[in-house]
Formats: sequence, structure tokens, C-alpha cells
Amino acid sequence: MNVAATAVRPVLAEGTGGFEAPGPGIFDLPPVFSVGSVGVTKPMLQLLLAALLVFGFFYLAARSRSMVPGKLQYAGESAYGFVRNGLGRDIIGSHDYQRFMPYLAALFFFVLVNNLFATIPFIEFPTFSRAGMAYALAAVSWLVYNAVGISKHGLLGYLKLQTVPTGVSKVMYPLLIPLEFFSNIVVRPVTLALRLFANMFAGHLLLVLFSTGGLYLLQHEGVIGAIAGPLAWVMTIAVGFLEVLVQVLQAYVFALLNAMYISGALADEH
Amino acid sequence: MLQSIVVRAAEAHGEEHNPLLPEWIEVILALVVFGLLVLAFRRWVVPNFEKTYAERTSAIEGGLKAAETKQAEADQKLAELDRQLSEARHDAARIREEAREQGAAIVSEMREQAQAESSRIVEHGKAQIEAERQQAVASLRTEVGTLATGLASRIVGESLDDEARQRRVVERFLSDLESSNGAGGVR
Repeated sequence: MNVAATAVRPVLAEGTGGFEAPGPGIFDLPPVFSVGSVGVTKPMLQLLLAALLVFGFFYLAARSRSMVPGKLQYAGESAYGFVRNGLGRDIIGSHDYQRFMPYLAALFFFVLVNNLFATIPFIEFPTFSRAGMAYALAAVSWLVYNAVGISKHGLLGYLKLQTVPTGVSKVMYPLLIPLEFFSNIVVRPVTLALRLFANMFAGHLLLVLFSTGGLYLLQHEGVIGAIAGPLAWVMTIAVGFLEVLVQVLQAYVFALLNAMYISGALADEH
Repeated sequence: MLQSIVVRAAEAHGEEHNPLLPEWIEVILALVVFGLLVLAFRRWVVPNFEKTYAERTSAIEGGLKAAETKQAEADQKLAELDRQLSEARHDAARIREEAREQGAAIVSEMREQAQAESSRIVEHGKAQIEAERQQAVASLRTEVGTLATGLASRIVGESLDDEARQRRVVERFLSDLESSNGAGGVR
């Protein structure tokens, strides 16, 4: 990475007339087609495609319900079981997790497929690099865990659960209660959305930078460029693999934090 | 800090949409699509998976229970067979013992019978021999008497037809004979 970075930096430093580094503008795609006055963009179509893929796969896998599963059913059961046992049962607890399974499973696989779109050839665009879509999921998460907590403890009981720390002297309350309120009620959806959005945004930006930079080097920088350009493309591939890891991890973290917030809202003690 | 980076990037590229600001149409679309996906999962996917899991668990548990019952039955049957076998062994030993005792009894009884029979035969033979001897002695005595009187009458010329006389002579002869026998057989 260092080699490629040093190879790119002088090019960027030249500035005017030279290489124009990809910026946030690359995420503003033109509409593919328009429905009335609303332009339908590629990420919107990806969102739909992801939902259809996720639902289609799980619908087919869950439909046969045989005792000895076939390949498809086995794959579906393993995938669902991963979320069910790892996120639902282990974190929310065996008493309550069942009613959150549709939400958690749909959330994890929906985010996962949308993230993987950033690497899948011919799509190669992370849906959640559009901040609005990440905000939507974070808003849903915020509503879900707060609603769960309020319906279990009542509004005041829930606020007490989330903001009043136990095992701390009352002198500290004026300091800690606003802090806890801020961190547990206000900041959570923001960090949830920004974590997903920024990871997808930065990953895609990095990939575009390495691939277009490599092309520029190859075309305009003579001998050094002929060596550094392909090197940048090798880096593109390496970063691409890293991005796959990040995509899976971010989907997992998003669903994991949801499960943890729900379990925290259901808890009897802070 | 993030905002300053974004602002700088936006400045560098002129009029660009701030990537942190949402397009409301995208927010709404994501809410709708994700909401529908969750509903579809709740309706078609999760219940099916959960039902399959539950059925499989109960099937496995049922199988285990059936196997346990079978095992218990087999154990019980084995114990019964063992018991029956030992009983049969015991019976066989008892019967063998009885047979041996009976055999010994039979043998001794037979021996006794045979002994009785043989002694009876021997007794019978002895009695017969004695009777025959007595008979022989009697007939011999009569014959010897007749012969002797005949011979004596021939020698003496005296009729010994008279009963009383004859008897007396024979008696005398025999007593002579006996005494001569007792005196050394010399006459």
C-alpha cells in the first residue's frame, strides 16, 4: 500500500491539469430512468434487487421444510441459523429472541447483499454509500430498540434503565445521566448509520482512486508510470479483497449492534 | 472533522451534493423496501425455518426416546433370558442329581434282588439234593435189606419170609455191619 500511495501522491500534488482524483461526485450517479419527475438511480435499483435476492433465496430455501435438507435448504438453514443462534439466541437471549428474528435476519442479509454489490462485477457500487439509505436503516434500528424498551419498562422505566447507571454514587448523577442519555439514545443511530455509510463510501472511493490513478499513471507518466500503474492495479485487487472483508464485517456489526441494543433495552438491570 | 473533510472535498470539486446529506427519496425507498422484506421474512421465511427446526428437534428426540425404550425392552428381555437360562441350568443339575440317585438306588435294588434270587436258587438246589439223597438212602436201605435177606436165606436155607423174623435178622445184620465198621471194618 505504501508503494502505491507514494506513487500516487506526486501525481495528486501536481494538481492543475494533471490527475483529477475521484471525489464525492462519483457517488452521484445519473438516473437510469425516470418515473414521472423522480429519477430512478442505480443504488435504488440495487436496493430492490438485494431485497428480491434475499427474499427469493430464503423463500425457496425455507419452503421445502424437509427433515433431511437438500443443498438449498441446508444453505438457507445454515445462513439463517448463523443469525438466529449467533445474534438472536446468544445476545438477546432464548426467552425473547424469536420475535426479533424476522427483523434481524432480514437486516443482516439485506445489508450484506447490498454491501457485497460493491464488489460484484458489473454492479460494483455499494448501496449504503448513499447516506440516506444508511440513515433509513439506522432510524428503523433506533425505533425498534426504543420501542421494545418502552413497551417492556414503560417510558420512565426505560429512560431510567438507559440513563441511570447502577453502582455509582448519586453525586455523579448530574454528570452521568445526560452523558448516558446522549450516548444511549442520541448517538447510537448516528454512529450506526455513519459507520456503515463511511465504510462503504471510503472503500469504494479507495477502489476508484487506485484503478483510475493506475490508468492515469500508465497513460501519462512514462517509464515510472509504466511500473507504478500496474502496481496500483495490483493494489486495487488487494484492496478489493480487503473491502469484501469490510463489507461482510459491517453487515455483521450492524446486525450485532442491533441485537445488542435490543438486548440492552430488554434487560432488567443496566 | 469529518464534516471539514467533506467540505474541503466539496470545495475542490465545486458544486457537488454533500454525501452526508440524504436524498429523501432514498430514505423513503429504503424504509419501504426494508419494511417489506421484514414483513416477507415474518410471513414466509422465519416461521418455516423455525417449524422445520422444531420438527427436526422433536423427531430426533422422539427417535432417541424410541431407542431408549427399545434398549430398555432389550435389557429386560436379556435379563429374563438370563434368569431362564440359570433356572434351566439349575433344573438340569437337579434332574441329573436325581437321576444319579435313582440309578444308584436301582442298581442296589437289582443287586439285592439278584442276591436274593441266587440264594433262593442255592437253597432250592440244596433242598433238592438233600431230598434226593434221603430218597436214595431209603431206597438203598430197602434194596440192601432185600438183597441181604435173599442172600442170607440162600446161605442159611432158612426162610426168612416171616416178617418179624426177617426184620430182626436185617436189624441184627446191619448193627453187626455198623459195629464191624466201627471196629475197623474187619469182620
